[in-house]
Amino acid sequence: MTLLTTQNRISDLFSQKSERLLNVYFTAGFPNLVDTVPILRGLQAAGVDLVEIGMPYSDPVADGETIQQSNGKALENGMSLKKLFTQLADCRQEGITVPILLMGYINPVLQFGVENFCRKCQEVGVDGVILPDLPLDLFLFDYAETFRRYGILNVHLITPQTSEARIRLIDEESEGFIYMVSSASITGSVKGVSDTMETYFKRIQAMNLRNPRLIGFGINNHETFDMASQYANGAIVGSAFIRHLDEKGISPDTIRAFVQTIRA
Amino acid sequence: MQTTIEPQTSFEVTDQGFYGHFGGAFIPEMLYPNVEELRQNYLSIIADPGFQTEFWQLLEDYVGRPTPLFLAKRLSAQIGATIYLKREDLCHTGAHKINNTIGQILVAQRLGKKRIVAETGAGQHGVATATVCALMGMECIVYMGSIDMERQKPNVDRMRMLGATVVPATSGSQTLKDATNEAMRHWINNPVDTHYIIGSVVGPHPYPDMVARFQSVISEEIRKQLFTKTGRETPDYVVACVGGGSNAAGAFFHYLNEPSVRLVAAEAAGQGVSSGHSAATTALGKPGVLHGSRTILMQTEDGQVTEPYSISAGLDYPGIGPLHAHLFESGRGDFYAITDDEALQACFELSQLEGIIPALETGHALAALAKMNLKSEDVIVVCLSGRGDKDLSTYSKYL
Repeated sequence: MTLLTTQNRISDLFSQKSERLLNVYFTAGFPNLVDTVPILRGLQAAGVDLVEIGMPYSDPVADGETIQQSNGKALENGMSLKKLFTQLADCRQEGITVPILLMGYINPVLQFGVENFCRKCQEVGVDGVILPDLPLDLFLFDYAETFRRYGILNVHLITPQTSEARIRLIDEESEGFIYMVSSASITGSVKGVSDTMETYFKRIQAMNLRNPRLIGFGINNHETFDMASQYANGAIVGSAFIRHLDEKGISPDTIRAFVQTIRA
Repeated sequence: MQTTIEPQTSFEVTDQGFYGHFGGAFIPEMLYPNVEELRQNYLSIIADPGFQTEFWQLLEDYVGRPTPLFLAKRLSAQIGATIYLKREDLCHTGAHKINNTIGQILVAQRLGKKRIVAETGAGQHGVATATVCALMGMECIVYMGSIDMERQKPNVDRMRMLGATVVPATSGSQTLKDATNEAMRHWINNPVDTHYIIGSVVGPHPYPDMVARFQSVISEEIRKQLFTKTGRETPDYVVACVGGGSNAAGAFFHYLNEPSVRLVAAEAAGQGVSSGHSAATTALGKPGVLHGSRTILMQTEDGQVTEPYSISAGLDYPGIGPLHAHLFESGRGDFYAITDDEALQACFELSQLEGIIPALETGHALAALAKMNLKSEDVIVVCLSGRGDKDLSTYSKYL
């Protein structure tokens, strides 16, 4: 198999920086269809390390109410994968340098065609994807080669219930980083970080995995970001940012204010 | 779409949970440990003699099995063939759903689970789940679309009387699909002590296989009863309605590898296949992934799941079980799309010809008979999946 050694912005980022990385999620086409690139620009200007763009889906089972609603609104606005790739088409030429991940569910990607999807990701400068309902074994068997050919990283999740053997397997098969789900939960459903989470964070930290780790789910303020950063390379904020966009709008200043609150 | 396995010649599930191109376990990592625990244990739990004894005892003493196989003489005369009705409507709680909930609650107990979560559309599966939870003294939480809660109020009250907590699913279209999403989310949030009793042959592997096994008692009994009555175990046709497809899976199960028995599935065409208000999945759907399995799915060009419509809440689902998707694709099954009006008419006919008021879902199976080009010597078994009491408010509009 031919490996295309395309430079990947995610791998590059982690080779340069390993502490307190901030990854912010937002849903493409929310609050308005045309907001995707302005929000991306705002996040880059505010200094986030990675951006995760949600591909809206009608049935997002791993997500809580906030992200479900933003998905629903984005679909109402007419967002689709086709439109998202059109919106992102020129962003790299226009100065977007931050690593971009697409996060979403497998069915829209299957309908788009996995190969076509990877090709478009490469064309517009998407560096990685997160597809929670594409299980590891099916990915490895059916799609890993295609992803590799286009230089697109597939980020896998682990949870407090993931067995040590499976974490080792995921670590072996991962590139970029591992997404640590902070607790047994859907997105946006936990407030803060508990002692049991801390035990889990320490347990994973002690495993000395080869991949960097970012902690997500329940990271919604400076305190939780700090705590997650103690045990991993950084954290992912999603629902809290969606709520912020909904309440405060998408101007560069409000986005900067949000990012500053998290980073403090 | 790529596939992970070679096409099958048999209709049994593979170790990875596939029926031909369909099935599998497309689940987020948060659900992996629960589903894996179930996958690793369900076959040995079911095979255990203690389980078998308790399961069969409950089916006999509590559910009221075996259910009769009834020769419907007046219906036969009208259709012009020999029609037997498998009377699942006579099961405790009024439908076949309880065969599965009995099996699954015994599995849940053996996995050490303390709480049961379930989804329901029309409320039949919710009632069957609430019933077995009461029987076993387990906590029961049922998610139901808030729109379905309004249109199926008697079943909401039955579940509450049985001690279950009924939680309205307010996301999305507020019907069965969304209740299923909410139940899955609940399971993600409570992975250790909760078992999710899925009500149909849908969901990630091993659910479709496990539910089909528990419902397979239907065809096991049909074989014996038909032999007693006619001297042969195999009819020419077995007919059942398909939403997710659990009664059909049970009625087909012991005939899957006997091609002389045609398997007939009746889907809900709603106001007509092309009306934009339909749930005829095989007519309107394409391969896709929903609720953990690859199946045939009603969806937009962009892969967003479409909201189905049927007069019958139990068939109002945008997918079908992966076994049925495989029966459709391989040509092993014949699929008919039955409209609301055809189903209603069949319900009234059966009521007045045989003195049996069937569920609206079952009306779809009955209405398929007229479309099947039957010969006078044909023997047909129709799975009478449920009784019509829950649908009286709909029927009363036509009296």
